[in-house]
Amino acid sequence: MYRIIERRMIVPNLHEFIVEAPAVAESVKPGNFVIVRPDDAGERIPLSVADWDASAGTVTSIFMQVGGSTAKLARLKPGAAVPTFAGPLGKETEIGAFGTVLCVGGCYGIGSIYPIARALKEAGNTVITLLEARSSYLLYWEDKLAAVSDKLIIVTRDGTKGAKGHIDRIPELLQRAGAVPDRVIVNGCTFQLMRTAEITKPLGWKTIVNMNPIMIDGTGMCGVCRLSVAGKMKFACVDGPDFDGHEIDWDEFLARRKTYNPEEVDPLRRSSCRSHF
Amino acid sequence: MSEEKKEKKRLDLKRRSMPKQDEHERVKNFDEVALGYPVETAIEEARRCLQCKKPLCNQGCPVGIDIPGFIKFIVEGNFSAAVKRIKETNALPAICGRVCPQEEQCEKMCVLHNKKAPICIGRLERFVADWEAAQGKAEAPAMAAKTGKKVAVVGAGPAGITVANDLALLGHEVTIYEALHECGGVLLYGIPEFRLPKAIVRREVDYVRSLGVKIVTDFVVGKTRTVDKLLEEFDAMFVGSGAGLPWFMEIPGENLNGVFSANEYLTRVNLMRGFRFPEFDTPVKRPSRVAVVGGGNVAMDSARTAVRLGADEVHLVYRRSKAELPARAEEVENAEEEGVIFDLLTLPIGLIGDEHGWLRELECLRMELGEPDASGRRKPIPVKGSNFRVPFEALVMAIGNGPNPLIPMTTPGLTLNKKGGIQTEEATGQTSRPDIWAGGDIVRGAATVISAMGDGRVAAAAIHRYLLGK
Repeated sequence: MYRIIERRMIVPNLHEFIVEAPAVAESVKPGNFVIVRPDDAGERIPLSVADWDASAGTVTSIFMQVGGSTAKLARLKPGAAVPTFAGPLGKETEIGAFGTVLCVGGCYGIGSIYPIARALKEAGNTVITLLEARSSYLLYWEDKLAAVSDKLIIVTRDGTKGAKGHIDRIPELLQRAGAVPDRVIVNGCTFQLMRTAEITKPLGWKTIVNMNPIMIDGTGMCGVCRLSVAGKMKFACVDGPDFDGHEIDWDEFLARRKTYNPEEVDPLRRSSCRSHF
Repeated sequence: MSEEKKEKKRLDLKRRSMPKQDEHERVKNFDEVALGYPVETAIEEARRCLQCKKPLCNQGCPVGIDIPGFIKFIVEGNFSAAVKRIKETNALPAICGRVCPQEEQCEKMCVLHNKKAPICIGRLERFVADWEAAQGKAEAPAMAAKTGKKVAVVGAGPAGITVANDLALLGHEVTIYEALHECGGVLLYGIPEFRLPKAIVRREVDYVRSLGVKIVTDFVVGKTRTVDKLLEEFDAMFVGSGAGLPWFMEIPGENLNGVFSANEYLTRVNLMRGFRFPEFDTPVKRPSRVAVVGGGNVAMDSARTAVRLGADEVHLVYRRSKAELPARAEEVENAEEEGVIFDLLTLPIGLIGDEHGWLRELECLRMELGEPDASGRRKPIPVKGSNFRVPFEALVMAIGNGPNPLIPMTTPGLTLNKKGGIQTEEATGQTSRPDIWAGGDIVRGAATVISAMGDGRVAAAAIHRYLLGK
């Protein structure tokens, strides 16, 4: 069992989840994920790693409550434990001296882009971090990200903070900042990954997306996380989760993400909360 | 005694059948299909054994069980001695008795095989193992004095469990690292409950644990800690990390929704208990028309699982004819009894989906058999212009898998074989690194449980020699 140090709603529907898992904390790198099972009847679900403390033996994730399993996680209290917390899994995000790197984070990816930005900064890059949210109240960790970025750009759909609008404004905002990125790295919901890749493609900006498919074992056995990259079948758990966003078959990926939508919604309807009926 | 001898001379050629759950009932549940011999039947079957002076049967056993020896104890009604004799060389008799392809191994070598009536060795092995379990307490085997040597075993599947068992009995301190949350490997995630109840796997794992073997779950060697880092704490390592990425046919439409690898499909149902969704959270689709591509045991397991999940029609699509099906005859028969439709001499060439990315149809070609190919089986050749389409909502690809890539990817200095698995020396299981051995699917790609156990046995002996010489 893995003890939960912290589980709190950090902004509406997004939870900070800190778990005691010394072996994972000792080996984890930016871009890795872990497989978590909320309880003995639970699914194995992948969560991106957002931070860790090797000396304390803890690993931090940010997760969004979307289906039955994340609903279970969201009900866990500090001091409780989860039966499975395996990792770190997936290849780490490539960190090099690229020059100027644009780190894009949204949703849970505001968390998982943090260690990437930090490592890129340490590697001597100029790091521009762009956070996107529907509204200012959905932003978090701005201070942490500002501390590891040369510039922090914020875009909100309703304009309550930073620039008003969508991820589509990236080129314009970058131009205003006088920067041309040598690499773009995106962590966030599937739509954001896809949109960013679509926007950067005509500009020729190499764009790495941290993919988030359905997984079971997460160790290269079951094959559910497969996707098409440059026309070839790849497995996100061992070949990724980072891929070149310009090479991904997004329609296929989005469809595969929805495979179990009916079943994922069902458990919520069976929860004890009356508001779900 | 003289009477018994006479009886044997008469040569009883009637293989005792094992009772099975009725096919109409069993398609509605996941309980075990084969029910095991009652005591009287087991003794009758054991009596058929000729107790050959120079037995051949045990030469057909990858782990070299003393087969006539344990059968003789059954005849005498001394079941505890029988199981003890088996356990001298096989840590998992309840499992092997169920899933070994005996017809290709021990039973094929039995002298009565010529008379088409080999002794049902597997059923007898299963019988004594189950008898022991029913007594509630397994007898502790003799254990050698502690050597103070430490061995890490990667993967709690059939290979790893065998190595751990053997080395623990020899007095070494063994720790198994398992990537999943439960032990058993393919015995757990791959082979369905109706063929191998998971309670049996758990029981066998508990037995190995009772020998003092430490088991660490949720630990992905190569990722959680590298092989080299682990070896700082251990004197030797055995890698039995098992199967890896499932194979697909490289035909259009394989990433459509509704297309599953057998590994995914079976893992959802077996390891994650998806057949009991929503009591367990992992969902599994229950479509009415399912195609399973392949002809091995995994294909049979997938097809029979689909039947139990309530499909109206399950088709097994195989490009050769029935004679070439690699699955065990018993499993083919079970699948037929349960209503699986065999589309033989049929080659899938494409999957057609709807606008939302869900599988709707399978396009196939008819095949005919030509000359024997490299595998010795007659080569299937497509019949030109024989294309046809069949509607399906789900398709399970059960055409095999490669070795797991994680350890090869993260361990320097390990020579790989053509399949991408770890290269080993056949006689010892030793890898290109002097303190690392390997066996099972990580070496062979997709093979059998018993060959993995055989690899484990060979490696354990080699590791023991190495540790003593150290």
